[in-house]
Amino acid sequence: MKPAQGLHLKTSILILIMVSVAPLGDMFLGKGMKRIGALPGWTPSELFDFFFRAFTSGTIWLGIGLLLAFFVAYLVVLSWADYSYVLPASSLSSFIVALLARFVLHESVAPTRWVGISLICLGVFVVGHTHPRTTEP
Amino acid sequence: MLTRFILYFLIIVPGTAGEMCMSHAMKKIGEVTDFRPHSIARVLGRAMGTSWFWIGITMMATGFFALLGMLSVANVSFVFPATALSYAVGTLGGKAFLKEQVGTQRWVGVLVVCLGVLLVAIGKGK
Repeated sequence: MKPAQGLHLKTSILILIMVSVAPLGDMFLGKGMKRIGALPGWTPSELFDFFFRAFTSGTIWLGIGLLLAFFVAYLVVLSWADYSYVLPASSLSSFIVALLARFVLHESVAPTRWVGISLICLGVFVVGHTHPRTTEP
Repeated sequence: MLTRFILYFLIIVPGTAGEMCMSHAMKKIGEVTDFRPHSIARVLGRAMGTSWFWIGITMMATGFFALLGMLSVANVSFVFPATALSYAVGTLGGKAFLKEQVGTQRWVGVLVVCLGVLLVAIGKGK
Protein backbone atom coordinates (compact mmCIF):
# COMPACT_ATOMS: atom_id res chain seq x y z
CA MET A 1 0.00 0.00 0.00
CA LYS A 2 1.31 3.45 -0.95
CA PRO A 3 1.84 5.89 1.95
CA ALA A 4 -0.86 8.22 0.57
CA GLN A 5 -3.35 5.33 0.42
CA GLY A 6 -2.46 4.28 3.95
CA LEU A 7 -2.95 7.85 5.16
CA HIS A 8 -6.37 8.04 3.48
CA LEU A 9 -7.37 4.63 4.86
CA LYS A 10 -6.48 5.29 8.49
CA THR A 11 -8.01 8.79 8.28
CA SER A 12 -11.23 7.31 6.85
CA ILE A 13 -11.44 4.65 9.58
CA LEU A 14 -11.01 7.22 12.36
CA ILE A 15 -13.57 9.55 10.75
CA LEU A 16 -15.99 6.60 10.42
CA ILE A 17 -15.64 5.98 14.18
CA MET A 18 -16.21 9.69 14.83
CA VAL A 19 -19.36 9.93 12.70
CA SER A 20 -20.73 6.74 14.31
CA VAL A 21 -20.42 7.67 17.99
CA ALA A 22 -20.85 11.48 17.87
CA PRO A 23 -24.43 11.50 16.50
CA LEU A 24 -25.50 9.00 19.18
CA GLY A 25 -23.88 11.17 21.85
CA ASP A 26 -25.55 14.27 20.40
CA MET A 27 -28.91 12.52 20.39
CA PHE A 28 -28.63 11.55 24.05
CA LEU A 29 -27.56 15.09 24.97
CA GLY A 30 -30.55 16.48 23.07
CA LYS A 31 -32.92 14.03 24.72
CA GLY A 32 -31.53 14.77 28.20
CA MET A 33 -31.65 18.54 27.76
CA LYS A 34 -35.25 18.47 26.52
CA ARG A 35 -36.23 16.71 29.76
CA ILE A 36 -34.46 19.39 31.82
CA GLY A 37 -36.26 22.26 30.09
CA ALA A 38 -35.21 25.65 28.74
CA LEU A 39 -32.42 27.76 30.25
CA PRO A 40 -34.43 30.01 32.63
CA GLY A 41 -32.04 32.98 32.70
CA TRP A 42 -28.43 34.13 33.00
CA THR A 43 -28.14 34.81 36.76
CA PRO A 44 -25.49 32.68 38.53
CA SER A 45 -28.11 30.79 40.59
CA GLU A 46 -30.20 30.02 37.50
CA LEU A 47 -27.12 28.86 35.59
CA PHE A 48 -25.97 26.72 38.53
CA ASP A 49 -29.38 25.13 38.93
CA PHE A 50 -29.63 24.46 35.18
CA PHE A 51 -26.22 22.79 34.89
CA PHE A 52 -26.69 20.92 38.18
CA ARG A 53 -29.84 19.31 36.77
CA ALA A 54 -27.99 18.58 33.50
CA PHE A 55 -25.05 16.87 35.19
CA THR A 56 -27.22 14.70 37.42
CA SER A 57 -28.99 13.18 34.41
CA GLY A 58 -27.98 9.66 33.32
CA THR A 59 -28.97 10.41 29.71
CA ILE A 60 -26.60 13.39 29.65
CA TRP A 61 -23.75 11.23 31.00
CA LEU A 62 -24.45 8.58 28.36
CA GLY A 63 -24.13 11.33 25.75
CA ILE A 64 -20.93 12.62 27.36
CA GLY A 65 -19.44 9.09 27.40
CA LEU A 66 -20.07 8.65 23.67
CA LEU A 67 -18.69 12.12 22.96
CA LEU A 68 -15.55 11.27 24.94
CA ALA A 69 -15.03 8.26 22.63
CA PHE A 70 -15.48 10.65 19.70
CA PHE A 71 -12.99 13.05 21.29
CA VAL A 72 -10.25 10.42 21.58
CA ALA A 73 -10.68 9.43 17.89
CA TYR A 74 -10.70 13.14 17.01
CA LEU A 75 -7.42 13.83 18.83
CA VAL A 76 -5.75 10.81 17.26
CA VAL A 77 -6.73 11.79 13.71
CA LEU A 78 -5.63 15.39 14.35
CA SER A 79 -2.15 14.10 15.13
CA TRP A 80 -1.59 13.76 11.37
CA ALA A 81 -4.53 15.18 9.42
CA ASP A 82 -5.32 18.85 8.71
CA TYR A 83 -7.88 20.48 10.97
CA SER A 84 -9.46 22.04 7.85
CA TYR A 85 -9.87 18.49 6.46
CA VAL A 86 -11.13 16.65 9.55
CA LEU A 87 -13.69 19.27 10.53
CA PRO A 88 -15.78 19.29 7.33
CA ALA A 89 -15.18 15.60 6.65
CA SER A 90 -16.73 14.70 10.00
CA SER A 91 -19.82 16.84 9.31
CA LEU A 92 -21.42 13.75 7.80
CA SER A 93 -22.60 13.27 11.37
CA SER A 94 -25.06 16.15 10.76
CA PHE A 95 -26.98 13.87 8.42
CA ILE A 96 -26.97 10.99 10.90
CA VAL A 97 -28.07 13.34 13.71
CA ALA A 98 -30.99 14.50 11.55
CA LEU A 99 -32.02 10.89 10.90
CA LEU A 100 -31.86 10.08 14.62
CA ALA A 101 -33.77 13.28 15.48
CA ARG A 102 -36.49 12.40 12.98
CA PHE A 103 -36.88 8.69 13.67
CA VAL A 104 -35.81 8.30 17.32
CA LEU A 105 -36.69 11.67 18.89
CA HIS A 106 -39.68 12.14 16.50
CA GLU A 107 -38.78 15.73 15.67
CA SER A 108 -40.29 17.23 12.53
CA VAL A 109 -37.60 17.97 9.94
CA ALA A 110 -38.74 20.35 7.18
CA PRO A 111 -37.86 19.59 3.51
CA THR A 112 -35.64 22.72 3.35
CA ARG A 113 -33.65 21.32 6.24
CA TRP A 114 -33.21 17.97 4.49
CA VAL A 115 -31.92 19.81 1.38
CA GLY A 116 -29.49 21.72 3.61
CA ILE A 117 -28.29 18.53 5.28
CA SER A 118 -27.81 16.91 1.86
CA LEU A 119 -25.71 19.89 0.76
CA ILE A 120 -23.60 19.52 3.92
CA CYS A 121 -22.97 15.89 2.94
CA LEU A 122 -22.07 16.92 -0.63
CA GLY A 123 -19.59 19.44 0.79
CA VAL A 124 -18.12 16.69 2.98
CA PHE A 125 -17.69 14.48 -0.09
CA VAL A 126 -15.83 17.25 -1.94
CA VAL A 127 -13.55 17.96 1.05
CA GLY A 128 -13.01 14.23 1.54
CA HIS A 129 -11.40 14.03 -1.89
CA THR A 130 -8.62 16.46 -0.97
CA HIS A 131 -5.39 15.32 0.65
CA PRO A 132 -5.77 14.97 4.44
CA ARG A 133 -2.39 16.52 5.23
CA THR A 134 -0.87 19.66 3.71
CA THR A 135 1.62 20.55 6.45
CA GLU A 136 4.94 18.93 7.28
CA PRO A 137 4.72 16.21 9.99
CA MET B 1 -33.75 35.27 20.42
CA LEU B 2 -30.82 37.05 22.14
CA THR B 3 -30.20 33.98 24.32
CA ARG B 4 -30.01 31.79 21.21
CA PHE B 5 -27.65 34.22 19.50
CA ILE B 6 -25.30 34.36 22.50
CA LEU B 7 -25.32 30.56 22.83
CA TYR B 8 -24.73 30.13 19.08
CA PHE B 9 -21.80 32.57 19.18
CA LEU B 10 -20.28 30.71 22.16
CA ILE B 11 -20.63 27.37 20.36
CA ILE B 12 -18.97 28.61 17.17
CA VAL B 13 -16.19 30.97 18.28
CA PRO B 14 -14.64 29.54 21.50
CA GLY B 15 -15.58 26.01 20.37
CA THR B 16 -13.71 26.32 17.07
CA ALA B 17 -10.77 28.19 18.58
CA GLY B 18 -10.47 25.42 21.18
CA GLU B 19 -10.40 22.73 18.50
CA MET B 20 -7.67 24.63 16.65
CA CYS B 21 -5.60 24.76 19.85
CA MET B 22 -6.16 21.01 20.20
CA SER B 23 -5.07 20.39 16.61
CA HIS B 24 -1.93 22.44 17.25
CA ALA B 25 -1.20 20.45 20.43
CA MET B 26 -1.61 17.10 18.62
CA LYS B 27 0.63 18.17 15.72
CA LYS B 28 3.33 19.09 18.25
CA ILE B 29 3.03 15.64 19.86
CA GLY B 30 3.53 13.93 16.50
CA GLU B 31 1.65 11.40 14.39
CA VAL B 32 0.02 8.45 16.17
CA THR B 33 1.30 5.26 14.54
CA ASP B 34 0.53 2.71 17.24
CA PHE B 35 -3.17 2.16 17.85
CA ARG B 36 -2.99 -0.13 20.90
CA PRO B 37 -5.00 1.36 23.82
CA HIS B 38 -2.00 1.88 26.10
CA SER B 39 -0.09 3.66 23.30
CA ILE B 40 -3.04 5.96 22.62
CA ALA B 41 -3.32 6.62 26.37
CA ARG B 42 0.41 7.52 26.45
CA VAL B 43 -0.04 9.95 23.53
CA LEU B 44 -3.03 11.57 25.25
CA GLY B 45 -0.96 11.86 28.43
CA ARG B 46 1.77 13.65 26.46
CA ALA B 47 -0.85 15.97 24.92
CA MET B 48 -2.07 16.83 28.42
CA GLY B 49 1.44 18.05 29.21
CA THR B 50 1.14 20.88 26.69
CA SER B 51 -0.43 24.25 27.50
CA TRP B 52 -2.21 24.30 24.11
CA PHE B 53 -4.21 21.23 25.20
CA TRP B 54 -5.52 22.98 28.33
CA ILE B 55 -6.27 26.23 26.52
CA GLY B 56 -8.15 24.13 23.96
CA ILE B 57 -10.04 22.15 26.62
CA THR B 58 -11.13 25.35 28.39
CA MET B 59 -12.44 26.90 25.18
CA MET B 60 -14.12 23.66 24.08
CA ALA B 61 -15.76 23.33 27.50
CA THR B 62 -17.21 26.84 27.06
CA GLY B 63 -18.59 25.76 23.69
CA PHE B 64 -19.95 22.54 25.22
CA PHE B 65 -21.84 24.35 28.03
CA ALA B 66 -23.32 26.70 25.43
CA LEU B 67 -24.31 23.63 23.37
CA LEU B 68 -26.18 22.16 26.36
CA GLY B 69 -27.98 25.49 26.80
CA MET B 70 -28.88 25.59 23.10
CA LEU B 71 -30.20 22.02 23.17
CA SER B 72 -32.61 23.01 25.94
CA VAL B 73 -34.30 25.56 23.67
CA ALA B 74 -33.91 24.19 20.12
CA ASN B 75 -34.29 20.90 18.28
CA VAL B 76 -31.37 18.51 17.77
CA SER B 77 -32.07 18.54 14.01
CA PHE B 78 -31.44 22.30 14.03
CA VAL B 79 -28.60 22.68 16.53
CA PHE B 80 -26.06 20.21 15.15
CA PRO B 81 -26.35 21.03 11.44
CA ALA B 82 -26.34 24.76 12.27
CA THR B 83 -23.07 24.42 14.15
CA ALA B 84 -21.49 23.34 10.85
CA LEU B 85 -20.82 27.07 10.37
CA SER B 86 -17.74 26.31 12.44
CA TYR B 87 -16.35 24.50 9.35
CA ALA B 88 -15.93 27.82 7.55
CA VAL B 89 -14.51 29.48 10.67
CA GLY B 90 -12.26 26.46 11.23
CA THR B 91 -11.00 26.40 7.65
CA LEU B 92 -10.13 30.09 7.82
CA GLY B 93 -8.40 29.47 11.14
CA GLY B 94 -6.59 26.39 9.78
CA LYS B 95 -5.19 28.46 6.94
CA ALA B 96 -4.40 31.58 8.98
CA PHE B 97 -3.05 30.09 12.22
CA LEU B 98 -2.12 26.47 11.51
CA LYS B 99 -0.61 27.27 8.07
CA GLU B 100 -2.61 24.56 6.31
CA GLN B 101 -2.76 24.71 2.51
CA VAL B 102 -6.44 25.08 1.69
CA GLY B 103 -6.87 24.48 -2.05
CA THR B 104 -9.77 25.43 -4.30
CA GLN B 105 -11.50 22.04 -3.95
CA ARG B 106 -11.49 22.20 -0.16
CA TRP B 107 -12.83 25.78 -0.24
CA VAL B 108 -15.62 24.70 -2.61
CA GLY B 109 -16.52 21.86 -0.24
CA VAL B 110 -16.58 24.19 2.75
CA LEU B 111 -18.75 26.72 0.89
CA VAL B 112 -21.23 23.96 -0.04
CA VAL B 113 -21.30 22.93 3.65
CA CYS B 114 -22.01 26.56 4.64
CA LEU B 115 -24.82 26.81 2.08
CA GLY B 116 -26.29 23.66 3.58
CA VAL B 117 -26.04 25.20 7.06
CA LEU B 118 -27.90 28.28 5.82
CA LEU B 119 -30.75 26.12 4.49
CA VAL B 120 -30.90 24.18 7.77
CA ALA B 121 -31.09 27.48 9.69
CA ILE B 122 -33.90 28.94 7.56
CA GLY B 123 -35.82 25.65 7.37
CA LYS B 124 -39.06 25.64 9.37
CA GLY B 125 -38.99 24.11 12.81
CA LYS B 126 -37.96 24.95 16.33
